[in-house]
Amino acid sequence: MNIAVCVKQIPDPAVPGELDPESHTLHRVGKLILDESDSFGVEMALQLADKAGGGDVTLISMAPNNEVSGLRTALAMGAAKAVLVSDPALAGSDALSTAKVLAQAITRAGDVDLVLTATESTDGYTGTVPNQIAQLLGWPSLTFAKHVEVEDGKLTIRRQTEAGYDVVESSLPAVVSVTAGVVEPRYPSFKGIMAAKNKPVDQCTVADLGLSSDDVGWSGARQEITNVAAAPAREAGEKVEDDGSAHERIVAFLEALKVI
Amino acid sequence: MDFSFTESECDLVSLCREFAQKEIAGRAPKAWEEARCPTDLLREMGALGLLGILIPEQWGGIGMSTVGFVAAMEQIGLADQSVAAAWQAHVTIGSLPLYLFGNDAQRERWLRPLAEGRALGAFGLTEPDAGSDVRGIRTRAVRRDGGWLINGQKTFISNAGTDMSFGVTLLARTEATEGQEPAFASFVVEKDTPGFTMGPKMRGIGWRGLDTRDLFFDDVWVGDDHLIGDPAMGLSQFLRTLEVGRISIAALSLSLTQAVLDMATDYARQRVQFGQPISKFQAVQFKLADIATELEASRWLTYRAAYLRDTGEPFLKEASMAKLKASRVAAWAASEAVQIHGGLGYMLETPVARFYCDSKVLEIGEGTNEIQHLVIARTLGC
Repeated sequence: MNIAVCVKQIPDPAVPGELDPESHTLHRVGKLILDESDSFGVEMALQLADKAGGGDVTLISMAPNNEVSGLRTALAMGAAKAVLVSDPALAGSDALSTAKVLAQAITRAGDVDLVLTATESTDGYTGTVPNQIAQLLGWPSLTFAKHVEVEDGKLTIRRQTEAGYDVVESSLPAVVSVTAGVVEPRYPSFKGIMAAKNKPVDQCTVADLGLSSDDVGWSGARQEITNVAAAPAREAGEKVEDDGSAHERIVAFLEALKVI
Repeated sequence: MDFSFTESECDLVSLCREFAQKEIAGRAPKAWEEARCPTDLLREMGALGLLGILIPEQWGGIGMSTVGFVAAMEQIGLADQSVAAAWQAHVTIGSLPLYLFGNDAQRERWLRPLAEGRALGAFGLTEPDAGSDVRGIRTRAVRRDGGWLINGQKTFISNAGTDMSFGVTLLARTEATEGQEPAFASFVVEKDTPGFTMGPKMRGIGWRGLDTRDLFFDDVWVGDDHLIGDPAMGLSQFLRTLEVGRISIAALSLSLTQAVLDMATDYARQRVQFGQPISKFQAVQFKLADIATELEASRWLTYRAAYLRDTGEPFLKEASMAKLKASRVAAWAASEAVQIHGGLGYMLETPVARFYCDSKVLEIGEGTNEIQHLVIARTLGC
């Protein structure tokens, strides 16, 4: 079974990020790292391919400046190869443009049975790309999977809900977004890190994917960030002096929040 | 002189830093508290390739340089000294005799599982009546039925009694011809060999996560294929691997000093007395500056010894100097770091107390510091 995993390479969240004052988008210069939320998809893909008795795990990524640092981490975990789309025309791409690029890159990878993604990226948080990829490919979209199984060509997931999970079945190929913490991502071994340096990364441009630069980037964007405001400072909480009835106030407070 | 790391050494350091901080630092202290060897962590280190760090790929290792090993140790030991101690005993004295002096069949049989991280290696040298005086060992191997019959006792042996231990490579006295000097040879004794038994895990001041035991050999018979290397040159063979072990203990010492320096500095910047952080007082500043300076001095002695080994130069003197200096600095620095913590540092709930407990043994293991003095003095012509 061949599995494609969409992975985003993002600025290190440990380093304070910066927004471009003009475009209000995140500065994405310098070394990028593998988005931790994508490491779960990579691990899941490796386990599924292993269980299926073979097949390749291919990484699909879009990043500026042919950045491969994050991809190397996932390749070191065991992915076989990667398709990396990098093109100055992609700057300013919104979620839909990103999905168009990733869907084309998945098609370019070829012979894919299953696409795994995270539910959302750690730097953008739109959470819409997985569904858009599925729509563009014309494949079923299954979301918030906390468990994924493939047997006899049939896909079964447990879809995380507030109360528990739904069991959702689908044919293949399909696009599945997996929740964080769904599996324990492995540490890349030293041999894995060394081997990753020589694994193939298919670097391509927008034109290579058969897309026009009008479809992506600033020119293709259907969304615009008009303003960015600082998050409001947290307001002071309510202090309750216990005069013997504090417990009633607490209960009333929790009821108002519909927690109890 | 250029001690900058190669790309693969940098990759190794990153790998060790991440694993040490995310896994070892969180899980090892509990094992120390429970006086239990955390073989789960050692197995995971094996899967990363770390248990075969000094063994070539041909035998299942990753063929890292000694410089890379020292740098990796600095990261692992920063998180926990017992895990680092078990690891270094495995990769040096536990594995190197098999690699350096074993034949290919023996390497395939015993070294490969060690290098691939499927088993833990141990070496048995010290005995109740023979530590620094190595030639005084009484464990004896005599020719019997086309093999060897081993009788004796070893003590303070690391890594032999865990659930991932393969057994032990030991040094034994072999029969000497009348009027000749006694000879020594190394043998592999696998666990579950009839006559091979162990005492309970010993309780040390520190290194509580390290499995250390007495080993007993009562009419243990092993075949000729268990003899490692030259039947008469076992002692000099082992002493050669001990040279690497000294670099390893020096590296472990560096990691301890760095750990206690970091803890003491953090604490001094937070702890307010007389209206300001105690890091503002010269009495504390001077201690921290001294530790940092002595650490740097020991670090470069250690890296130089490692570099000499990597370039095929003699490194006996430098390894002894590095071990002597780095372990002495570590024991002193740990004491100073506890002092900076005051009463809190005396309490076992604080990590600095755990590292303090772990520090003393560095001056004892892998050749006491008194023996290091002798080795160095001999190289001076004394």
